[in-house]
Amino acid sequence: MSEDMLDQIKKEITANEIVMFIKGTKEMPMCGFSARTIAVFKELGRPFKTVDILPDPRIRQTLSAFSNWPTIPQVFINGKFVGGCDIVTEMYQKGELKPLVEAAFSKK
Amino acid sequence: MAPTEIKRRIEQGIPGARAQVEGAEAHYSAVVVAPAFEGKSRIEQHQMIYALFREEMANQTIHALALKTATPSEAQSEKGL
Repeated sequence: MSEDMLDQIKKEITANEIVMFIKGTKEMPMCGFSARTIAVFKELGRPFKTVDILPDPRIRQTLSAFSNWPTIPQVFINGKFVGGCDIVTEMYQKGELKPLVEAAFSKK
Repeated sequence: MAPTEIKRRIEQGIPGARAQVEGAEAHYSAVVVAPAFEGKSRIEQHQMIYALFREEMANQTIHALALKTATPSEAQSEKGL
């Protein structure tokens, strides 16, 4: 695992209230699961950062080893791994996601 | 990989699990109910299943495995599982 890459990933996770590692960009997601996850967070109306994992395969390798999660997207809120598309969608439908997001922003 | 093979692997790999699996061509979805999920977070429940397919997910035999997990008591209170 690349140490530099791991440091960079950790920095993104701690520096942003919400950060998601996706395929493509917010404007042009390259995978349906990434697109669906973006749509959920757009609905919640708080700013979020996306990191495209496609340009460098080491991002995904390092990230998946770090989070013990094999698939993309991966969402982190308030420095903590929340899950991928399924978990985020389920949490949103059950009303669990909004309080988590709001808590991350009210901490400032 | 056939959905029946995915189902078999989940049910063998997680004690007491009951799985419904659909899909084809590297995109699958599974609903899994297992007593072994009791006391575990959703992330941990999904990790238990992903762990059974580490190789297939790494080499993209499985590109996507959408998961919905529940304990038997959750499955009873949530109809449709």
